[in-house]
Amino acid sequence: MSWAVPKEVEEKVDALVRRYPKPRSAVVMVLHALQEHFGCISPEAIEWTARKLGLRPINVLELVTFYPMFRREPFGKFHLRICRTLSCALAGSHQLHRHICEKLGLDPAKPGPQTSTDGLFTVEFVECLASCGTAPVIMCNETQHEQMTIEQVDKLLDQCRCKCGTGREGNLAAEHGFEP
Amino acid sequence: MPCERHLILKNIRKPGYSTDIECYLRHGGYEVLRKALALQPAAQPDGTTLGPKEQIRREVEISGLRGRGGAGFSCGMKWSLVDRKSGKPVYLVCNADESEPGTFKDRQIIHHDPHQLIEGMIIACYANDVHLAFIYIRGEFIEGARILDRALEEARAAGFLGRNILGSGYDLDIYIHRGAGAYICGEETGLIESLEGKRPYPRIKPPYFPAVLGLYQCPTIVNNVETLCAVKHIVGMGGAEYARLGTPDNTGTRLVCISGHVKRPGCYEIEVGKVTFRDLIFDEAFGGGLLDGRQLKAIIPGGVSAKVFRAGEKVRVNKRTADGKMIETEMDVLDLPYDFTSVSAAGSMSGSGAIIVLDNSADMVEVLANISEFFAHESCGQCTPCREGSLWMAKILRRLAKGRGQPADVALLLSVADQIPGGRTICAFGEACSWPVQSFLVKFGDEFRAKAEANADKKSDRAFAETQ
Repeated sequence: MSWAVPKEVEEKVDALVRRYPKPRSAVVMVLHALQEHFGCISPEAIEWTARKLGLRPINVLELVTFYPMFRREPFGKFHLRICRTLSCALAGSHQLHRHICEKLGLDPAKPGPQTSTDGLFTVEFVECLASCGTAPVIMCNETQHEQMTIEQVDKLLDQCRCKCGTGREGNLAAEHGFEP
Repeated sequence: MPCERHLILKNIRKPGYSTDIECYLRHGGYEVLRKALALQPAAQPDGTTLGPKEQIRREVEISGLRGRGGAGFSCGMKWSLVDRKSGKPVYLVCNADESEPGTFKDRQIIHHDPHQLIEGMIIACYANDVHLAFIYIRGEFIEGARILDRALEEARAAGFLGRNILGSGYDLDIYIHRGAGAYICGEETGLIESLEGKRPYPRIKPPYFPAVLGLYQCPTIVNNVETLCAVKHIVGMGGAEYARLGTPDNTGTRLVCISGHVKRPGCYEIEVGKVTFRDLIFDEAFGGGLLDGRQLKAIIPGGVSAKVFRAGEKVRVNKRTADGKMIETEMDVLDLPYDFTSVSAAGSMSGSGAIIVLDNSADMVEVLANISEFFAHESCGQCTPCREGSLWMAKILRRLAKGRGQPADVALLLSVADQIPGGRTICAFGEACSWPVQSFLVKFGDEFRAKAEANADKKSDRAFAETQ
């Protein structure tokens, strides 16, 4: 199947481009829109963006490689961003990170994002999420979870698994009392 | 009794206060904008007349407002430097790229009172003849961007944005621009490059002062979220009235973020300079003290870039006496008032208003390793001393923290830190990554040397054992 940007995404992109006096300004916003739709930034997405904005592909690629939020490989269904920086570290975020990695069969010492073999979770140790007053914080996709503990992390992982109807044995919804 | 003084947080802290425009209007929202747009040219005592926009700019100047992003530069001065004769459009960008570790104040405004920011921004734009403005929000604030987007839509529908705002003939549009996870975008010229769709490499000053050569080489104002909210209150209450809050040179209120080893971490609004570190850390109205049985070890006073204070450290600052004379006095760091001038006189900075408290459970080598790891990750890579130095320092600290250091590491670390700042890099990131290292080594050097030497002892023990 050939790669194509759906009409509604292209309309969204066109509206974004119109906001700026110069189309090039829209690159990051366009990449966000494409990543939201496709899950990652593929070479096709880079070329499409370049054509759309009248740039050379390198002008787009150099941003994809610079900004930590853009990814060139698809992530798991749930992206867990655990804050690594000082206030969260003082409140135990490194222990949470290790716990999550061990639970999902990942290597806590390995740098960069890692995805569990079932493709459900991508775990990433990120820099300050600007919520130091409620440390430690974890972002699960777009939602922020504050003052996290090991117990809450376990519950969060189960909640995610429950949403997909996969995961470990037992009735997860009944155990934690949340809606399936 | 030290206490909070709410201007910006006034409504946010009310139960049931929400982000929709009806709620904001019920609480007197957009009244200051109406007042600003209705200003008439005013005759001056010297016979000249002052236009409405100049009047607003003058109020901001009189208010003494200093930028709340980190540098504490006078907002009135920043606006006065804008090149208004170039014939080019003037742009305004709100810096909502909140990423200095320890800082979480802009988040409170964006998430809980977005219209306050938008009203402040419209007033600032009107005062500076801006017709297109952006809110540069950090990429991870996904929910925040959504809230602001909706608020902007509401403001547009209510006639506060768009063409002919409230019948005044003034046109303005504001758009959200999302970043994508790079700390360097908080540096104003890096932010501008990023907004132009390039890698956010900071620009060299001179010639690239944003007030003259900013976005698209046009005059540009970059103001922090909190600064723009303060503008709304200044225009609402008058510059002179605002200047009565706080202390001379450090006027108004300021959001302070307290995190780390305290009982009540959080964001508090204070009159600048009316509250000391002791109040902020120990008073029930603020941090609420340390965890039971712990002792204070160190204070990071203004985000992790700021130089650290050691508990019990004596600092020398100028103090104004009752009869107005300035005298130099020595005081305990805890008695230092929290304001731009005092904290910088004591050798550090209040930066973005982020205080991180460390108690005796903190291992200073690990703390600094954590900080340096941040800077190593965030250096944009444009200037060699910073790109190489930040990574090198993080590497040395990583091995020290893991007990694999060498005695020479402490001197090496200091020599690297000393060779980054001082005009060798394009932006202040070079300073920011060196200051914590330099100050930790001066004030907690023993801990670093002990770690380095403990490993050397272990090594020589091993070497000795091998010879046996």
